[in-house]
Formats: sequence, structure tokens, C-alpha cells
Amino acid sequence: MKNWRFLLIGMLFGIIMTKSQAVSWYRIQEMFRFESFHMYGIMGSAALFGIIFIFLIKKYKLNDAAGEAMDIKPKEKAFWRYLLGGTIFGLGWAMTGACPGPLYVLVGNGILVMLVVLVSAVLGALIYGAVRKYLPH
Amino acid sequence: MVQLIQAVSQPWHWAVSGFLIAVVMFLMLYSGRRFGISSSFETFCAIGGAGKHISLFNFNWRIGQSQLVFILGSIIGGFIAVTWLHNPEPMALSESTRLYLTSLSLGQPDPNQGGGLVPVEIFNWQSLASWQGIVLLVGGGILIGFGTRYAKGCTSGHAISGLSNLQLPSLIAVVGFFMGGLIMTNFLLTPLIQSMLIP
Repeated sequence: MKNWRFLLIGMLFGIIMTKSQAVSWYRIQEMFRFESFHMYGIMGSAALFGIIFIFLIKKYKLNDAAGEAMDIKPKEKAFWRYLLGGTIFGLGWAMTGACPGPLYVLVGNGILVMLVVLVSAVLGALIYGAVRKYLPH
Repeated sequence: MVQLIQAVSQPWHWAVSGFLIAVVMFLMLYSGRRFGISSSFETFCAIGGAGKHISLFNFNWRIGQSQLVFILGSIIGGFIAVTWLHNPEPMALSESTRLYLTSLSLGQPDPNQGGGLVPVEIFNWQSLASWQGIVLLVGGGILIGFGTRYAKGCTSGHAISGLSNLQLPSLIAVVGFFMGGLIMTNFLLTPLIQSMLIP
């Protein structure tokens, strides 16, 4: 299978997210109540190391495994879609204590009721696709 | 090997976790893909044939194939972590969060229930019998799916990939994430859970 690489990276991600407790509803509540540094530390250090990695990629013009230039394509310039969409997602994130990655990882942790949240999230994406022409972007 | 597994089973320092998440982002880029999860919801819509009616989903879902394999891996990784790397100690939550849980009539994190990660009082199938449970699980899921596609990304795509690339759109999105999260946690969630669990 040519995608074996992604299976291994995914497994690493699932272990990291579980062991870091970033998939925990408790930790997300604690974060949004400003009662611990734990989650801010994880996201802050991930972004900080990410900035360093991207800086090094650009500085040394690194190529990926297939020999193509490694870069992150910039997102389209807009304002309302990021602010409003982000806020709507934030409501759901705090409610379920899980963003999309952790939803999948929690299913692996045996919290099978998260499948209900996942199916609902696909439904939410479907609703967005249906109504997006009426929304400010 | 036994010592290694024991060491990995301990709770991880936040800086170790953050570093490794950035490594995952790097490995995805090195493999020719962007680190992001929520676009998988669009892929599922495309697989289901929604592209016939809604243009957003009118793409060949095989584009998202490697992401689906990544997601399959993350489910397996969650299983590995809870099965072989499980820490028998309860989570070290802050004292004020513990008091908050009690005020919601939720128990404290228990390593033997919900992987020690989620309150089983809320995250169980019986919750779907109450309107509050449906609001939380189904409504919460719809907000996640709708919001992440509207904003074109979630925590992985914006807070990690986007901020790492110093993109303004991602900063706006992350501000939105926190506005929504703070509104939910501080105004809406407490009465919802209390009315669900306290008769």
C-alpha cells in the first residue's frame, strides 16, 4: 500500500494526542476556564516548533520525499469566514471537548459514542455546503 | 523495552507533546501533504455522493485518500495508547477544575472509565435519550463540522499548520475558536450539563 507512510504518521499522532491528554474533555474545559497552562503549553509549543520547522524548510529550500518543494500554500484572504466559522467551531469544540483530530482518536480509545459526534460533524459540513452561498465570507 | 513502555506511559510534559505534534506536521509536509483533519468531513460527503447536488463536494474523493489513511492510523494510535501505554494514575487536573466538575455533579477523572479522558456521565449512549444529550453530542458535532468547513480548517490546519506558517487567516480563525469556546464554557455549557445531570 503506497499510503503506509500516512498510517504510521497517523498512529504516532493518535498516541501523542492521547498521551498529551489533548483529547480530554476535562483538559479542554480547564483550558477555556483558564485554570491550567497545560493545553496552552501544548498548542503554544507545537506552534513555536512549527514556526522553527517551517523557517528551516524555507531557509534550506527542503524537498519532500517525492522531491517536490515543501511548503504550505497560503489560505485565501478573507475575514468573516475565519472569524464566524472559527467561532461556530469553537462552540462545538468546548461543548464536546474535542476538535476533529481528537474525535477520531477518542474512537480508538474506545469512546464509541464519539461516532455520533463524528457523523454529526459530517452532517454539519453537508449543511455548510448547502447554505454557504447565503453566508458572508 | 519494558522501561521504555513504562516511561512512555507516564503523563507527558506539554513541551514534549507540543514538539511531537510539530514533528507530525513536518512528517505530513515531508510526505507531500498538509497537516489538517477537518477536510475529511468534506471527503466523507463526497464519498456519499453529495457532489451531485452541492458543488463544494463535487471532487474526486481519492484526493483525500492519504488523509483517510492518516485518520485510520490515528484511531489505531488511540487504541495502542489506551491499551498498552495507559497510565493508572488519574489526570492531574487543577483544583479549581475539580471543584467545577463537582458543581456539575460530574465525577473526577477515573483512569478506568472513559480512558480517564472524558466524563462517562455525558459520553455514553444513554445520553441520546435526553434532549440535553442530543444537543451536546449531535448539536456539538454539527457545530464542529459546519464551523470547520466555514473557517476552512480546525486546530490542526489553523492553530498548528497556519500559525506555524505565520498566516493571518489562521490567526483570525484561532481568535474565533477561542471566542466560541469561551462563550460555550462560560455561559452555555454549565446550565446545559446541570439540567442534564441534576434532576
